[in-house]
Amino acid sequence: MSKLTATPGQTVGPFYGYALPYEKDRELLAPGSPGSIRVQGTVYDGAGHPVPDAILEIWQPDSDGNIVRRTGSLVRDGYTFTGFGRSAVGNTGVYTFTTVNPGPTEPGAAAFISVAVFARGLMNRLFTRLYLPENEEALAKDPLLSSLDPERRKTLIARRDPDGGLTWDIRLQGEGETVFLDFEGTRAGSAAQ
Amino acid sequence: MPEDVNLATYNADALTEDLTDAVPAASQTPPQTGSAAAPRAETQQDLNAEIKALGEAYAEALKGGAKKETQPRLDFAPYRSSILRHPTKSLHHADPETIELYSPAFGHQDVHALESDLTIQHNGEPQGERIIVAGRVLDGDGRPVAGQLVEIWQANSSGRYIHKRDQHPAPLDPNFTGVGRCITGPDGSYRFTTIKPGAYPWKNHLNAWRPAHIHFSLFGSEFTQRIVTQMYFPGDQLFPLDPIYQSIVDQDARDRLVASYDHDLTEPEWALGYNWDIVLTGSKRTWTENEALGAEGDDHE
Repeated sequence: MSKLTATPGQTVGPFYGYALPYEKDRELLAPGSPGSIRVQGTVYDGAGHPVPDAILEIWQPDSDGNIVRRTGSLVRDGYTFTGFGRSAVGNTGVYTFTTVNPGPTEPGAAAFISVAVFARGLMNRLFTRLYLPENEEALAKDPLLSSLDPERRKTLIARRDPDGGLTWDIRLQGEGETVFLDFEGTRAGSAAQ
Repeated sequence: MPEDVNLATYNADALTEDLTDAVPAASQTPPQTGSAAAPRAETQQDLNAEIKALGEAYAEALKGGAKKETQPRLDFAPYRSSILRHPTKSLHHADPETIELYSPAFGHQDVHALESDLTIQHNGEPQGERIIVAGRVLDGDGRPVAGQLVEIWQANSSGRYIHKRDQHPAPLDPNFTGVGRCITGPDGSYRFTTIKPGAYPWKNHLNAWRPAHIHFSLFGSEFTQRIVTQMYFPGDQLFPLDPIYQSIVDQDARDRLVASYDHDLTEPEWALGYNWDIVLTGSKRTWTENEALGAEGDDHE
C-alpha cells in the first residue's frame, strides 16, 4: 500500500496549446508507412457537442504485443516505435493518431491501447482503454470488459473502418458515456477518485 | 451537483470561459429566476456561496465518518466549464494490466538541458520576478521517480499566456514563452528557472481571477501515475475565491499544491527559491531490483 498521499490533479486548462503539443506528437509511425493505421475520433461533452479543447495521450504495445520502453517520443527519429503519442483535438473535437494495431501482450489476451484524456473543464485526467474489435473470444474473457454491462462495454471497443483505421469517440458525459477507469479504489463503491 | 443549481442557466456560451469568441461575462449571464428580463452577472459572492455550501457539506460528511478526499471533484459546479464535462457515472474500478503497469520512457534525446530555464529562450531577459522552482517527484511509496519527463507552462509576469485564445489585455513579453521541460535526476529531482507568473482574469463569473500558478505535467514509472496539475504560491489571497483550487474540497489536499518559499534555494542577487515536491500514486507493479535502484531513462541504456 502507498505510504504517501498523492498530490491532487488539476485541470489542464485552456492554454496547454503552446506547451504540450510537439512536432509529430500524434505520429507514432510516419503516416503511410507499412503497417500504419489511423486512429481517430471525436470528444463530446454532456450536451453532445464536440469538445474543442481536449488533449489525448495514448500508450500501447507494438504490433507484436511488446511493451517498448524506448526514449524518443518527443523527438522522433522516424524509425523507433516508442508506443506513446499525444494529440490535441481540433476545433471540431477530432483527434488523430497514426500508429500500429497493438498486439496482445499475452497470448489470447484482448489487445488495447491505454488512453488518458485531458480537457479544459475536466478537473482531473481520465483513464480509459480503446480495444481492437476483432478478437471476440479475447474480448469476451477480458477482465475489464466482462465486468461491464453490454451497453457500457461497447464504449471501449473501437470500430474498424474499411481503410483499416479505427474510429473511437469519447463521450465525457451523458448517453453513451465512455467508461473511465479508477486504478486506485477498491472494486466495491469506488466512487472516490 | 448541489440541489439548488439550475442546469438550464448554464448555456453553452457561458461555458466558453476564456475563448476568443467569448463575450464579457457580465453580458452573457443567464437571467435570474423571476426576473427573466433583467440579466444579472454572476458575482464572486454568488460563487463564494456555492463554494461555501459544498465545503460545509464536505465538513459534515467528514464528521459523519466519510473518508478524507485527496483529489479534485470531477463534478464541481462552481467551475462552470466542468458542468458538461464530468462523467456522471462512477469511475469503474480496474486492475491495471500490462501496458498500464509501464510508462513511456523519456530521456535526454527528448529534452535538452537548457529547456529547464524559461528565462533564456529569447534574446533578452523576461520582465518580472526571477524564481527557481525545484523539488522531487516521488511515487506513493516514497521512491524517487528517476529519469522521467516534467513539463511546465505558465502565464508571464503580467498574467498573460502566449496563446491565441488568451485575450487578457495585459502585455505579452517578447522574451518569455512560458514553457519548460526537464528530465528528473536519479533522486527524482527537478529544477526550473522561470519568472513568477501573474494572477490571471477569466470568465467563469464576473471579476474571476485565478491565483498565480504554474501548470505541471508528470509521468511516473507506470501510466496509471500520469498526472497534470497546478502549483500555487504561498499566501495567495485568491485561494478562497478560485473554483479550480477549491474543487479540491479538503484543505490538507489543497495545501499539497502550494509550494513553500525556500531561502536555501534562493540565490543571492539572482532569484527567489520555491520548493514543491510532487507525490504520484502508488506503484501497482512488482519492481525488479534494478528498477528499485532507480535505473530508468536513457542514461542507463
